[in-house]
Amino acid sequence: MHIPDGYLSPSTCVVMYAGSSPFWYVALRRLKRWLSTKLIPLLSVFAAFSFLVMMFNLPLPGGTTGHALGVAIAAIVLGPWASILALSIALLIQAVFFGDGGITTLGANCFNMAIVGSLVAYLVYRILAGRAAITSSRRVVAAALAGYTAINASAFCAAIEFGLQPLLFKDVTGAPLYAPYPLSIAVPAMMIGHLTFAGLAEMVLSGGMVAYFQRANPRLLEHTAPGAARSSEEPPPAVGQGAWSALRPLWFALALLLALTPLGILAGGAAWGEWGVHDFSQAEARQRIAAASSNLAPPARAPHGLERLASLWTAPFPQYAPAFVRRPVLGYLLSAMFGSGIIMLLLLIFSAVYTRAGSPGKTGTPQTLESRLALRDEQK
Amino acid sequence: MSFVERTLSSLVNAMERALYAEELAKSKGLLQRLDPRIKVLGMLALIVASAMAHRLWVIGALFALAVTMAVASGVPLAVLLKRVWMAILMFTGVIALPALFIVPGREVWRLPGIGWPVTAQGLASAAYLVARVETAATFSVLLILCAPWSHVLKALRVLRVPVVLVVILGMTYRYILLLLQTAHDMFESRRSRMVGRLDAAERRRVATASAGVLMSKSLQLSGDVYSAMLSRGFRGEVYLLDEFETSNFDWVMLAVFMVLAGCGVYFGR
Repeated sequence: MHIPDGYLSPSTCVVMYAGSSPFWYVALRRLKRWLSTKLIPLLSVFAAFSFLVMMFNLPLPGGTTGHALGVAIAAIVLGPWASILALSIALLIQAVFFGDGGITTLGANCFNMAIVGSLVAYLVYRILAGRAAITSSRRVVAAALAGYTAINASAFCAAIEFGLQPLLFKDVTGAPLYAPYPLSIAVPAMMIGHLTFAGLAEMVLSGGMVAYFQRANPRLLEHTAPGAARSSEEPPPAVGQGAWSALRPLWFALALLLALTPLGILAGGAAWGEWGVHDFSQAEARQRIAAASSNLAPPARAPHGLERLASLWTAPFPQYAPAFVRRPVLGYLLSAMFGSGIIMLLLLIFSAVYTRAGSPGKTGTPQTLESRLALRDEQK
Repeated sequence: MSFVERTLSSLVNAMERALYAEELAKSKGLLQRLDPRIKVLGMLALIVASAMAHRLWVIGALFALAVTMAVASGVPLAVLLKRVWMAILMFTGVIALPALFIVPGREVWRLPGIGWPVTAQGLASAAYLVARVETAATFSVLLILCAPWSHVLKALRVLRVPVVLVVILGMTYRYILLLLQTAHDMFESRRSRMVGRLDAAERRRVATASAGVLMSKSLQLSGDVYSAMLSRGFRGEVYLLDEFETSNFDWVMLAVFMVLAGCGVYFGR
């Protein structure tokens, strides 16, 4: 999944660096506040560990072996922000010194693996593990599934980046200049490998390591298990204080992305497979479908099932163009704001419910490794 | 080969590559003579130029330039052939191959027997991908083979990388070598105690437990390193000794790199 130089266009690389920067900034800000001087050795040594664990050869069910990324176990032990930084440093060292992944594509690799991987793994682990005891087998399953989901989410992002290249960058003869396969090929090609072998390797590593820590060093798992039953006498977490200000760059990035959504108008044609019922009866649309499907003619009329299911739900903003808005740019902006607003609202509701249900009370444990390290030093 | 041997082999390979790069960086050659900051800027400019080129002959010319620089710097072409060019051909070449048939366009040939059509656009896109990846990889390998790695890290300051990040990268590199040795010793001792074959579930348990032990050791090590830093008076500020000096030759070579990269961008647009 380490994308080498040459697969992505320079403009895609710039966008991916820009997309990763706010996450790096927020991660650094959050860790600096809690870790201060401990940040340097912790990140250095853990990045070295992340680098090494990618070299481990893991025996997989079925007799084969594979390599894992170790993103889920990093997010489970360190928390998502430290995991983002440690993995990004490991990826930089890999790219510069070992030629694994490109230098121009480093932003994309960090976005896919370190950022998306860490956040997805952390979210899945926290949701699935719930308030289970530290030594519960539910945590092993949660870690395994977190690893599997994270690696597949990362692979999906990489596939999207590959698949966009031939749509956007061609030479005068129409030959793709960078990764040559469209989304219809790039996504299944990437996902088949990751849904099977790579996903399995990540699953084995994260589940196996959590099982090992349950036996040998359960305290390492407490950092991301605030609601788990334990007999600790440590004070409640200080996490969350100033979270809004720490997330400010992400809000700016979101605002920038919202403002850029009308760029979608520039993209010609329709995405492969996203055809409507009417497209099958219009000559021009039929031509576009055939051109995007290796010149295979589409069926004479829309498939029966598509016709039946298409009428089940009518989108309030079809084609990102609400009926009451005449200018397409405004329609895109409104749709983007509406969509993001709903997602944020759902997350806020989920967060409120989850915090109430999982509140550790006065005998809770700090949620992050950083706060635990600070506490350990104070106790010394 | 068991998973223990495979893991040992990849760990040893990584150590060998690091040691080989350190050895080659000490030899006398064109790139070795340059200030590391000039090398970082020059190679980066050439990598970006090869990524931006929209013409195959321009990418080919940049590749020829990379080969010339390798020869002038005493980097054995056999090493580049084995470690870079063939490795990329085996990976990117395989990925690019189906593009010959899949990318729609003007048919230039049909595969005998099967009759699959090869298109001109498919050929061009596969050539773009393989040539671009080979060229960029050769430039980045030249950068790390012709300068001690610690110097390359310090030279990143020229790209405005924050000092704290350069320090973290330097320490990461150091502890990669230390943990490589630790992991190697762990697997070596495991192999020396093993008789017969482990069943599949046991093999998985051993591999993940080894990774767990290594992670525990890493966290313990980070605590020890922090205590050692404190005992030496570390108070949070980081400094970097900047021992690099540029000569007239460095500035001339920087101008040459920039002109060549500029030509690549101009003619490749």
